[in-house]
Formats: sequence, structure tokens, C-alpha cells
Amino acid sequence: MFETLSDRLTSVFSSLRSRGRLSEADIDATCREIRIALLEADVALPVVKAFIARVKERARGAEVSQALNPAQQVVKIVHDELIEVLGGETRRIRFAKTPPTVIMLAGLQGAGKTTLAGKLAKWLRDQGHAPLLVACDLQRPNAVQQLTVLAERAGVAIFAPEPGNGVGDPVAVARQSIDHAKRKQYDVVIVDTAGRLGIDEEMMRQAADIRDAINPDEVLFVLDAMIGQDAVNTARAFMEGVGFDGVVLTKLDGDARGGAALSVRQITGRPIMFASTGEKLEDFDVFHPDRMASRILDMGDILTLIEQA
Amino acid sequence: ARSQNVIGRGLLELLSRDRLDDEVWDEIEETLITADVGVAPTRAMVENLRTKVKVLGTRTEEELRALLREELLAQVGPDLDRTLRTEPTGERPAVVLIVGVNGTGKTTTAGKLARALVGDGKKVLLGAADTFRAAAADQLQTWGERVGAAVVRGPEGADPASVAFDAVAKGIADKVDTVIVDTAGRLHTKVGLMDELGKIKRVIEKKAQVDEVLLVLDATTGQNGMRQAQVFAEVVDVTGIVLTKLDGTAKGGIVISVQRELGVPVKLVGLGEGPDDLAPFDPKLFVDAIVGD
Ligand SMILES: Nc1nc2c(ncn2[C@@H]2O[C@H](COP(=O)(O)OP(=O)(O)OP(=O)(O)O)[C@@H](O)[C@H]2O)c(=O)[nH]1
Ligand SMILES: Nc1nc2c(ncn2[C@@H]2O[C@H](COP(=O)(O)OP(=O)(O)OP(=O)(O)O)[C@@H](O)[C@H]2O)c(=O)[nH]1
Ligand SMILES: [Mg+2]
Ligand SMILES: [Mg+2]
Repeated sequence: MFETLSDRLTSVFSSLRSRGRLSEADIDATCREIRIALLEADVALPVVKAFIARVKERARGAEVSQALNPAQQVVKIVHDELIEVLGGETRRIRFAKTPPTVIMLAGLQGAGKTTLAGKLAKWLRDQGHAPLLVACDLQRPNAVQQLTVLAERAGVAIFAPEPGNGVGDPVAVARQSIDHAKRKQYDVVIVDTAGRLGIDEEMMRQAADIRDAINPDEVLFVLDAMIGQDAVNTARAFMEGVGFDGVVLTKLDGDARGGAALSVRQITGRPIMFASTGEKLEDFDVFHPDRMASRILDMGDILTLIEQA
Repeated sequence: ARSQNVIGRGLLELLSRDRLDDEVWDEIEETLITADVGVAPTRAMVENLRTKVKVLGTRTEEELRALLREELLAQVGPDLDRTLRTEPTGERPAVVLIVGVNGTGKTTTAGKLARALVGDGKKVLLGAADTFRAAAADQLQTWGERVGAAVVRGPEGADPASVAFDAVAKGIADKVDTVIVDTAGRLHTKVGLMDELGKIKRVIEKKAQVDEVLLVLDATTGQNGMRQAQVFAEVVDVTGIVLTKLDGTAKGGIVISVQRELGVPVKLVGLGEGPDDLAPFDPKLFVDAIVGD
């Protein structure tokens, strides 16, 4: 549907190609197209603005390259900047010095938290850990059953003392789960929570209460890669409401560009740690900033363009 | 000094009325972009507005906001037919098929819709044709119990088309008014799963006409929503859109393009997780939420 960025930049390229250095006009023309492409990739507007401003600054200060023409040079700066923002300090899960390591999942309704809980559990089990899944979504109809089925599929234990569907106190379950894990010697506890809106104060407080009850080593914010401009509000709200240490992008097996990755990274400074790429338990990977950069801006094509130019 | 201030302020206002500066236009553009309306539609709307402003000689920001509201409302199509076909035809119940990508709120919408119809004195049957996701049928069953609708389900991993068929067959036998068939979430990029969805519809049609195919779109969805709508419309001929999670901060602006390009109206909106959090789509409220105050 969208004209790809490389389509658009091709026309910019042709007008810039012959010149020898980066003029203000070159930079502006290229950045205008990049701005549109970022917006069409669902990068949030304030993040786009800040990003473009930084690219412009870098482009202005850039040494004139012998190997690249001006537009290529701007694109390369964009690419490098994207990877820098998306990557930064990539890191793995921080395991607690004294087990259990406690991981709490939080996010909007339907983002993919429960599925991710199952995936994480399987992934950790495959690495020799003994994870325990904890059913703290006692609200969404049959969330407890859903997690129970996933635990079975992943071959891991579950702590689900309450039936859910409105019955039981998620904060109490969370608290008990830690003792349970210690007694039974599970070394990782993964706490699934109910989906909630950033503006739902009561539910955000509940998330903070769960956090305080379990003192997690990692709070992971689970975010649907298809999300649009609202990524900013939501990321901020969860950052303020519960706080989080890392981000998991889900549903990356679709064709959404996933500009939210850039938004959430920029807004919260928290690293994106994992990518969820399907409905099956093994559809899960650590996050690759370079792939994400290419995906957001259709960089695969663009880097080829640079080579061809 | 005080009177001078008043005069000063008045003069300032008068001067600022003389032209709508770039800042105001930028704000308009930002309002639309951050509502997920999309770059191209935003530009088109802003162009239209600029023309109108010239023709009408609009001077104040307030007047411009009113024009924006008007323009948006025109885009949303206040006159589209948004009625939901849930009435039985003769001996045959109405069949509503619910489709969409993962986690948008299909099962919840099925439950809420059943609730609304039951509240109207209708007899409703739910078909659990999501045989894939863990505990999906249980979830629908819970909704059925909550709202007073029977549920037809199959074993986990069963052929979803045959469950849908059974549900409609039972709906006919039991003389219900409406059968609502919930399906598994699927990304529009998965050819195999989209084929499966096409088959579900065709198999139902051996028994009864499908009166409504509701595509459930999550209001937080960005530009990808357009792709979703295009592909689902191709495969199952979508007749209406349900825009869910409008109780959050997302505005759901992508549906403006979706409606325009596909000619499929938004019929319902989801406003929460409870059984009564479903409402008819109101173009004016939708536009107000985008424009703000
Ligand atoms: N295609 C795809 N589907 C996914 C992925 N992750 C989760 N899903 C699906 O998305 C839907 C929602 O996933 P859940 O794990 O139930 O999401 P949740 O965040 O726990 O939802 P709530 O508990 O209702 O807030 C389900 O249909 C999952 O199968 C993914 O990476 N790719
Ligand atoms: N806030 C809010 N939450 C909603 C709304 N509609 C659904 N939800 C929640 O979104 C989550 C996903 O809803 P489901 O009905 O399970 O979504 P689905 O499309 O059936 O999901 P899959 O079958 O896994 O693809 C649940 O936690 C619901 O309670 C709504 O309008 N507002
Ligand atoms: Mg869940
Ligand atoms: Mg469902």
C-alpha cells in the first residue's frame, strides 16, 4: 500500500546524486522523506521529531565521505542512528544471586503476555532452569486455564491457587508464589498479570502492588508490534505506573513495521530484550536491533540502494 | 495599568486573528497523525481545510477547529448504514462471524454482542470455532454462561469449520435468533490460516447465509490496520468493523482510511472488558475524541 522509503528516496537520490557535499537542502529533502516513512512505520510523532533533529545534526557535522554520495550519507546516518537507539546496551535476563529469579510481565490487554509467559518458561527450561509460572490474571475469563495449558505444553510447573474469573486476589497469589518457589526450589518465577490500560488507575495500582509483593528482578513490558501512535502514552503510563526493565515486542511475525520499537526505546530508555514471533511456544527470539532497524525503514532495500549507487 | 493591559490583550487577540499561523496548522496535522489517521489522509485533509479557510475567510483557531471537526465527520461518513443484521430470516437464524488478528477482542465482542441481543429478548447461540488457542473455548463458554447464551464447542484442535457448521446447525434446530461464531485470531499474513478462515465461512454457508462478518480492530493499531482490513475483506467479505479498546488513550484513526478504502462501516465500538461495554459506533463522539476540546 505504502510507497516504500526506497521508492521515495530514489527520486531524492537522483536529484542529489551529482553533488559533492551535504548541503542543508540535501539534508532537508532526505529527512522529509524519512520523516514520512517513520510515521508510516508507526513511530510516534514526538519520537520522529527528536530522531530527525538528531539525524540532521549528525548530517550537518558529518565529514564528507569519498565513497558515498550525499543522500547515501544521510541514509547511512539514519541507519546507524536507528541501530544505536534500538540497540544501546542489549542485555539478557539478570538472574538473582539467590534464587528464585523473579520475572513479572505487564502490558495492555491482548498484547501477548500469557503466551510470552509460556514461551519464556519453555526457553528457560531448555536452558536447564526450573521455572514456575504464576497465574495472577484472575480477571480475564479463563486466563488461569490458558496459562495452565501453556505450562503443560512447556513442561513446566504452575502456581495457580485461585480459579480466577473475578475470584481471588492477584497480589496475594503473587506473594505466595515466591514462598512456594523457594520451598519447591524453582529457580525462576514468571508472573503473568491481567491486561490493563495505562489510564486505568486502579489496575495500575494493582500492578504496582504485585510488583511490591514480589520484588521482581525483571519487569518486562509486553507490547504488540502493531501498535500505532498510542505507544508513547502507553509506554509512559506503564513506566510511571509499574516501571519496567525491559521490553518484549510481540506479533513480529506479521507485516507491521513495528515503529513502536523505536518509540518505546526512545521514550523510556529501556532495552528491547525479546521478540515474540508466533503463537507457538518456540516462536521466540532475543531481539536483534539491526533487523528491527531494517524492518522499520525498509532498510534492506535501502542498503542495497546504497551499494548500487 | 489594568485598563492598558486589557486594551493590550485585546489588540493582541485582534492581530492574532488576522492569520492562522503555521503553528496552528502544525497542531492540526499533529492532532490527526497522533490519532493514527495516517500521513497521506492527514495531508489530504489539511489541504482541504486550507482551501476551505481561504474560501470562507476563516480567521480564528476556534473556527478552524470547527472546520476540522466538519471535515473529519465527512470523512467518517455520518450517513453510512451501520445497522447490524442479527434478525432471523424465516426459519433460519442470523449468522454473525467474528474475525480478526490475535488479541483484538473477538471473543469478548462475541460475548458482549450476545449479551446485548439476549437483553433484547433474543435467543443466542455462540459457536467456539477457535479450537486453537489455549482455553479459547473455555473463555467463550464463560461468556456464554455470563450472558445467558448456549455454546457449541468441539475438542481442542478440532476442525474449526466443522465446529462452526455444528453451531449453525444447532442454531437452526433450536430455532435461535442469532448464531455468533467466534474464530481464532490470525495474522492476515498467514496464508494457511486465512484459507482456513475462508473455509469456515464457506462451510457455514452450506447451512445458512452469513449475515454479518465483523472484523474486530484494536483501536491501538497503527497503519498495519489497513493491511489487516484489506486482506480479511478479500478472504471473507467483511460487512462491518468493531473498533475495540476505545476506553484507552488510542483514538483508532486508522478506521477512517479503512472505511473509505473498503466501504465497510464501523458498526460497533468496545469500551471495556465488561459485558455491557459495547456500543453502536457514533461518528460524532469518535470525531470529538480525536479533535478534543
Ligand atoms: N501471531 C502471533 N500471535 C501471538 C503472539 N504472541 C501472542 N499471540 C496471540 O495473541 C493473542 C493474545 O495473546 P495472549 O498471550 O492471550 O495475550 P495477553 O497479553 O495475555 O492478553 P490478556 O491477558 O487478555 O491481556 C493470542 O491469540 C495469542 O496466541 C505472536 O508473537 N505472534
Ligand atoms: N479495555 C478493553 N479491553 C478489551 C476490550 N475488548 C476486549 N478487551 C480485552 O482484550 C483482551 C483480549 O480480548 P479477547 O476477546 O480474548 O481477544 P481475541 O481477539 O478473542 O483474542 P484471540 O482469540 O487470542 O485472538 C482481553 O483481556 C479482553 O478483556 C475493550 O473494548 N476494552
Ligand atoms: Mg493474558
Ligand atoms: Mg478469542
